[in-house]
Amino acid sequence: MTLGWYLAVSAVIFCIGVGGVLVRRNPLVILLCLELMLNAGNLALVTFARMHGGEAGQIFALIVMVVAACEVTVGLGLIVAISRGNLPVDVDKLHELNG
Amino acid sequence: MSEVLFFLAAIAAIIGAVGVVTLRNAFYAVLALVCHLVSLAALFLLLRAEFVAAAQVVVYAGAVMVLYVFVVAYVGGGEEVAAGNGLRFLGPLFALALAIELCIALLGSALSGINSQGAHYVLGFGTPAHIGRLFLTDYLFAFELASLLLLVAAVGAIVLARRRRGLEDENPALAALIAQPRPAYTGTMAEGAGVRQVLQALEETHGGVIELGAQPPKLAVGAERSGDEAQEQLP
Repeated sequence: MTLGWYLAVSAVIFCIGVGGVLVRRNPLVILLCLELMLNAGNLALVTFARMHGGEAGQIFALIVMVVAACEVTVGLGLIVAISRGNLPVDVDKLHELNG
Repeated sequence: MSEVLFFLAAIAAIIGAVGVVTLRNAFYAVLALVCHLVSLAALFLLLRAEFVAAAQVVVYAGAVMVLYVFVVAYVGGGEEVAAGNGLRFLGPLFALALAIELCIALLGSALSGINSQGAHYVLGFGTPAHIGRLFLTDYLFAFELASLLLLVAAVGAIVLARRRRGLEDENPALAALIAQPRPAYTGTMAEGAGVRQVLQALEETHGGVIELGAQPPKLAVGAERSGDEAQEQLP
């Protein structure tokens, strides 16, 4: 398989993630779509690492994984706080961020 | 062989991604993401990134997805009402435009490696030994920064998701409970346990709620004395 195919798959997954963030209103699903986009970026990074024969891209992908885990932790903490405050779990109804 | 594996993994990854976006139930969306992540790990293996594939399965499909499942179970993750605004139609259009743009960029790119099978394979490329050595030599700063970021995220998540109702409401009984004299360097767990449980425990032990300014119960008197002793021992 030439490496262009991997980049094409990465582009398709990224666009699906973008569409999901725009369409869905549940913050949990929006976080899942963010994961999709980060994973598409990871796939592109690993493909480029294979293309150049260096491992810097793989290191970058691992760091992206760490950042994604942090983002998930904080985002899920926010969602738990929202549901504890008996607020609607819907990004269209959460206009105000005054605690 | 690798072509067959590539197409299987790529189709599974794209189907998983579509499932995440389209499934109404958040729990099924999480399961679709697990499928997507595992097939992405297969793609990483085809690209000879063994350690990244292992980390993908263990960290992502294992740990992070368990966190998601727990939060979906906690929040409920019920069926959401379909969006009625214009974004519902504009969103897929925008995503399609972005896909076309990315494909044009991909086809028009002058990267010579894009039509190749990749660089010459060196033995040990992408193994944990290589990645670990790079992390501790060339990329040490990024490695340490990642650990600090994880710590900050863990503390931040605890601060965000903690119980806030404990001390915020104006409950005179709870205020009296917290203002009770007690030995130095000790505190109440009222905020952590919640007001209702503490009041219930007080009901069981002391037969009622302590009024503000009232004589503290026997236990607290002893505690007061020992608190004074503890304070006297301070320099």
